[in-house]
Amino acid sequence: MNNSEDYKGYRGRSLEVLQNFNAMVWSEVYLETTDGTFDGIILPRSETADDQHIVLKLPSGYNIGLRADKVQNIKILGRKIAQYKIPEKEFPFNPKLPKVKLFGTGGTIASRLDYRTGAVIPAFSPGELYGSVPELADYCNLETEKLYGVFSENMGPEQWIGTAKAIAREIEKGVHGIVIGHGTDTMHHTAAVLSFMIQNSPVPIVMVGSQRSSDRPSSDAALNLIHSVKTAAESDIAEVMVCMFGPTSDEYGLLHRGTRVRKMHSSYRSTFRTIGDIPIAMVNRQKITPLRNDYKRRRNDKKVDLFPYFDDRVAIVYYYPNMKPDIIDSLIDNGYRGIVIAGTGLGHVNKPLYPALKRAQDNNVAVYMTVQTLWGYVQMYVYDTGRDMMELGVVPTANMLPEVAYVKLGWALGQTDDLNEVRRIMLTPIAGEITEREPSNGYLIFQGGIPEVEEFISKVRK
Amino acid sequence: MSDFVFKPFDEMTPDDYAEIGFKSGLEIHQQLLTEKKLFCRCPAGKYHNDVYHAEILRHMRPTLSELGEYDGTALMEFKTKKDIIYRIHYDTVCTYEMDDTPPFEINEEALDIALEIGLLLNASLVDELHISRKQYLDGSIPTGFQRTAITSVGGFIPYKDRTIGIIQMSLEEDSCREVSDFGHTRIYLTDRLGMPLIETVTQPEMRTPQEVAEVNELLRRLVNSTGKVRNGIGAARQDVNVSVRGGTRVEIKGVPRIPMIPLLTYNEAMRQWNLLRLRDELNKRGINTDTFEARYFDVTKLLTKTRYTPIHNAIAEGKMVNCVVLRGWRGLLRWQTQTDTYFSKEISDRVRVIACLSVLPNIAHSDSRSETLSSHEWQKVRKFVSAGDEDTLVLVWGDARDADTGAKEIIIRAKEATIGVPSETRQALYDGTTGFERILPGPQRMYPDTDLPPKKITDERKLRIKQNLPKYFWERESWYKSIGVPADIIKDLSVSKYAKTFEILVEEMGISPVLAANALINFPKRLKKKGKDISFLNSNTFIQVFEFFKNKLICKDGIFYLLELIVSNNGIFEKEFIPQHCSQSELLYEIRQASKKVEKMKLYDEKNNITLTLSLVMKNLFGRIDGCIVAKEVINYFAKETENEQ
Ligand SMILES: [Zn+2]
Repeated sequence: MNNSEDYKGYRGRSLEVLQNFNAMVWSEVYLETTDGTFDGIILPRSETADDQHIVLKLPSGYNIGLRADKVQNIKILGRKIAQYKIPEKEFPFNPKLPKVKLFGTGGTIASRLDYRTGAVIPAFSPGELYGSVPELADYCNLETEKLYGVFSENMGPEQWIGTAKAIAREIEKGVHGIVIGHGTDTMHHTAAVLSFMIQNSPVPIVMVGSQRSSDRPSSDAALNLIHSVKTAAESDIAEVMVCMFGPTSDEYGLLHRGTRVRKMHSSYRSTFRTIGDIPIAMVNRQKITPLRNDYKRRRNDKKVDLFPYFDDRVAIVYYYPNMKPDIIDSLIDNGYRGIVIAGTGLGHVNKPLYPALKRAQDNNVAVYMTVQTLWGYVQMYVYDTGRDMMELGVVPTANMLPEVAYVKLGWALGQTDDLNEVRRIMLTPIAGEITEREPSNGYLIFQGGIPEVEEFISKVRK
Repeated sequence: MSDFVFKPFDEMTPDDYAEIGFKSGLEIHQQLLTEKKLFCRCPAGKYHNDVYHAEILRHMRPTLSELGEYDGTALMEFKTKKDIIYRIHYDTVCTYEMDDTPPFEINEEALDIALEIGLLLNASLVDELHISRKQYLDGSIPTGFQRTAITSVGGFIPYKDRTIGIIQMSLEEDSCREVSDFGHTRIYLTDRLGMPLIETVTQPEMRTPQEVAEVNELLRRLVNSTGKVRNGIGAARQDVNVSVRGGTRVEIKGVPRIPMIPLLTYNEAMRQWNLLRLRDELNKRGINTDTFEARYFDVTKLLTKTRYTPIHNAIAEGKMVNCVVLRGWRGLLRWQTQTDTYFSKEISDRVRVIACLSVLPNIAHSDSRSETLSSHEWQKVRKFVSAGDEDTLVLVWGDARDADTGAKEIIIRAKEATIGVPSETRQALYDGTTGFERILPGPQRMYPDTDLPPKKITDERKLRIKQNLPKYFWERESWYKSIGVPADIIKDLSVSKYAKTFEILVEEMGISPVLAANALINFPKRLKKKGKDISFLNSNTFIQVFEFFKNKLICKDGIFYLLELIVSNNGIFEKEFIPQHCSQSELLYEIRQASKKVEKMKLYDEKNNITLTLSLVMKNLFGRIDGCIVAKEVINYFAKETENEQ
């Protein structure tokens, strides 16, 4: 392994050949091989690529790989080390506009690719953001703070608590709105946990990300950022929300309640959907259109309730037919204090699991039931099996989403050891995670191919 | 710079082109014949012109270049603020093309074809394929970039007494088809999007417009000779790069037909030459990049009563009129650029493309000899903007924003005239002239594609392709000549997908070259004329049919007959298709029956009875016996009859 920047990424045979000719990365070369001759610049190689090839950038801007073994001679014509920096333009201050704080957690809401190395360089300072998305200055005076630099999947209790504290601090200082840049994969986990940790916020708290990185001309990043900043600066919705594309078209964003939102497609722009209810509002560059009236309103004070607690000895168990009790047993044996089951149908697991559930109850492990259908309520009275399970201490959580129940349980256990108190916290709706009723339009998954659906699709932009 | 003045197209000689330093190269885009697209598994080559199921709206946003600047093309596209609408048909587009799903692995079949053609061009194949993103902000690709990868570097093709060098070849995805582009809306069809194509880039080594067309034809025939590329409208499109001495490389995009190339390149060379002469004229007048002076003013109020219809209507619709003053430019908007085309067209094009003022005329200027404003109105405007007689005034009208963009763009284009020839891509127009399309993008539009890792191309793979390379078509042609293939078939056969089949039929099966060539080239045409779907024909069908012929299971006439039966049966052969060979006694019986029928007919000319009998017999025995044998027997029969009668 060669750590030197001079031969960045090269190892084995390819490193040997480059060193032989003193051809360091970024060298402009004339390269002779048994297959012909090539002009170009030697590029760094990805660490995960093999040790047999040398990467060359041709004058046309294209890259190619050449087998190191075929290289007969490398003439070095020059060397220019590329260093990329995001350009900064000072974010203009306008005393008439509200102040918005953007927290970064590591998602690349604004970034660009270093075209030589392929590395993504995040843009984050107000100046960098202004350089990339100048429209932001139409809505607010922006301040930014980088909290973390982790991928979405590495967000965990430590980051959740840190983010919640940072938000509370900013609110107490009198900010008009908060935006949190976040990777999209676990955005709904963070949105849910922040909904519990930050209560009675006087200002909007908007989570945002991008499904297509912002180094692409067709990225959703800039528009999502514009929508979220507009929401934070101007909306009267003082809740934790996720702000992402409504349709896949560049039309409008949706503001989803932090406890009812879920990422539903691995790659679509319109991946975030409100489950079992309707979103709070639509947003575009011009206006915010509420779709409901029951949201918490913006206030003028700087008061906020902060509950920065979490016990991470909690797990989700996604039930499948023929699940063996040892799955539950191993959680108990490993000291877990809470289990959220995503059960089938109305909230079921098979009988062979019962002894393990009994053991959990005896060991003071809190067990909660959600549904893997995502839509709909847990209903454990309908069948005997449900009643049996309730006897074993399994608590139904109404229409709380499995991931939401998971973070809420960790949050509740972080506050108390008393399982009755945990139960009270779990079943008391705090931020819409449990609703009394599911409106009929809360479950709309259109089935493609059906004439009336196709007629509708042909009239609107997807 | 020489004071050469362009002659009409027909009178230009190679020496004239040498005089102006004419240089031209080609970028040829050729669709490959694969079943599926390049990075997803949608079908390739399926088109739906009017039927679509849904629409998706996108905007393209420029990404910053390495130095923190917006690329010129990118900025231009952003200025246009276009709504880009994609029409999608569920059968031909999936979520990949619409940029809602990451790419799947590259189509191996397409990669093989690209490597094969690279070898035919004597190029060096790459050892590792690196997929890049080439930015396109016009919306023609929903991602905003085209996935493309170099498959080979270098190479050449023999031409006249020299060779034309090849710079590189890449394998890439095809773009959308444009439906319309009007005002701030551009509409695309997406069926073609993502189909595999190769782009072959030649060195700028063609010395006259005619050479460009000839080399293009040569390359077209070469790729066709693999039998693995698509044919038909839009399957091959060429970009022609043109420059003259002291000029700039300008790209004429998407020339659909090779015969259009000479006139287009002639006009483009003339345009560049005349732009350079215009620069000299400006310099003579003391106007250069530093001294260039232009401003614009809102003159709407002055023209509310004008009788010039375009401006009259615009003001009535609440639009505004801007007047650009080009200091010291008198007469220069009438400077000729191309055949019957003047510098004012350069300006009008820019305003149309960048300010989206698509309704023509979109400008009026004081150098014009046609009726626009009255001279009184021009005077009024001239006074208002404090311009003198030596200045040129250009009016542009539209919505406040567009009229503003328009005025700014007029100034930008006029200022570029002090430098010479702007780097542009230009579109091919029907009259053989070129029109502005976009600013020419630089190499900075290339980015590595982080969605796909580099792909190793093994020596085994290269060797396998090398061993199966087709012969060069020019080698085939001289061989055909030597074995007596009819002259009118040679050209078609040498690049036909059946060229290899021909070799098998002639060399391995001992079929007569004339018969084989005729069957391979003319029978498919005849079948198509009869309304048959010849996509059911392939090399194996021919080999199988000729196998029957060789084993005397069918006669010569039976070849076409059997092919027709197989094609009509969706390409599937059935045993019953083989006709029973007609015996001598059956033949004689059929002749007797036929001649009896003919006897009963009233013939104007008795001599017709032989022909009539022959055609009746052939109708009954077609495909089972050769026509010449039947003819011989019929003639014999009638000879005997006559003998008997006498
Ligand atoms: Zn597809």
